[in-house]
Amino acid sequence: MRYSKASEPGPALGHQHLRRALGWSAIVTLALTAWWGLLISPPDVVQGQLVRILYLHPAVATMCYAGFGLCTLASLAWLWSRTRSRRWDRLAVAGAEVGSVFCLVTLVTGSIWGRATWGVWWTWDPRLTLTAILFAMSLGYLALRRSIDNSHARSVASSVVALLMALTVVVDHYATSWWNSLHQGTTLWKPDPTVHGWQLATMLLSFLAFGLLTAWVVLHRYQLEVLEDRYEQEGTQVALAARRSEAASPGLAGPGQPGPSGPGSDLTGAATRDEPSTAKTPSELGAR
Amino acid sequence: MWHDALLVAAKDLRIERRSRVSLNQVVPYALMVLLLFGFAFDQDRSLLAQAAPGLFWLAVVFAGLPAVQRSFAIEAADGASDNMRMSGLDPAGIFLGKVAAITLQLFVIEAILVGGVVVLFHSRLAGGALLAATTVISTAGVAGAGVAYGALSVGLRVRETLLPLLLAPVLAPVVLAATQAWRSALGLSTTSPGGGWRWFGLLVAFTGVYLAGGVLTFGTLIEET
Repeated sequence: MRYSKASEPGPALGHQHLRRALGWSAIVTLALTAWWGLLISPPDVVQGQLVRILYLHPAVATMCYAGFGLCTLASLAWLWSRTRSRRWDRLAVAGAEVGSVFCLVTLVTGSIWGRATWGVWWTWDPRLTLTAILFAMSLGYLALRRSIDNSHARSVASSVVALLMALTVVVDHYATSWWNSLHQGTTLWKPDPTVHGWQLATMLLSFLAFGLLTAWVVLHRYQLEVLEDRYEQEGTQVALAARRSEAASPGLAGPGQPGPSGPGSDLTGAATRDEPSTAKTPSELGAR
Repeated sequence: MWHDALLVAAKDLRIERRSRVSLNQVVPYALMVLLLFGFAFDQDRSLLAQAAPGLFWLAVVFAGLPAVQRSFAIEAADGASDNMRMSGLDPAGIFLGKVAAITLQLFVIEAILVGGVVVLFHSRLAGGALLAATTVISTAGVAGAGVAYGALSVGLRVRETLLPLLLAPVLAPVVLAATQAWRSALGLSTTSPGGGWRWFGLLVAFTGVYLAGGVLTFGTLIEET
């Protein structure tokens, strides 16, 4: 069985400044979006106050697709032997988790908007149906990742599933589009957008804000994977080394460890003194 | 690859012939699902006849899950999957063989289910070519996706619950497209007669994706997971 290069360094501490800058930028732009969206932007002629949910829903939906897109591309890069690196698997899980959360938010905000606009919490619209299927598939992907302990096997299985799911989404897109269509068409990304002024500015700002938030969360999730890898690799060794060095120090022996000051110290202490010590210090372990 | 596929399919079908798990357990289960649909629709004959294509394909998906689980359960016992990996058989052949065996078992289940739909839901069979073509290609799609995902979950502690979670959303386009094609074939659809063949084309795309995906990735899945 082949193992991927789990020990290769991640961006880790080198990207602290980038993460911090992204985090603050996201907070500022999100606050600005809330201010513009709730207080500055006027109510819509047709939708009234309901237009304000559009400063949240399209941006979140786009970030949901961006997260899953990142997962698919990273899985493809991981599966291709020339580009195989643990980094891609970390990016894939980061994209999938962020995509899943935004997918749920998309469904909830879309449902609220649908109740006010169409009069129902749910309708069998292609995009709604596709998003719900995508959410269910992402839950399966994440459940699969949690079920496999071996990191190499987990990376292989989840990468294959991510690719198969991406292909299924293409088929689903056609299936649900042919079936029924109620959803509003493109309003923003066309030569003559149907939103103007403060509404347009707020919508564009919301895309920037949620884009920054997505990048920030993805980087944090990636860093968490780096730390988990380090824990898997080094955690047991460090714990063993600490325990051995503890056992090697006579004054620091715990209640389960026989020592000169504990009950029966005459016998066990003698035995301990007679046996050669096999304990290694953390530096010795690290040097191996 | 094809020779290996035939060997694996013959092996799986031989095990089924001896154990008769699908025949004795999955077929009665699928028929019970049809009966339960009847209870859920409160014996409304016109509604049941209208919904019969969708209910039929839901019953097929429900029956397909235990069939796929059974196909990999026989590999999990006594290290059979390790023996298969070391046998030198082409992984693509193993994949296609398992797909063929499950497809044939599902054909038997579907034949009995069609009888159930006619008797219980008062459906009149029509549109022979579209009906038959849709059934063949959809069943191969269900089996292809099932084997691809079944291979992933074969050695896992939570395979019984994970496989339905992975497979159900993936089979959504099959349920949708096969139902629409059947509705068109049975004259229940208001769309043009050519609409059914359009859905059939989508089913061909789905089945093609899963058969090609399975052939390309099955070796990686069974050797590296």
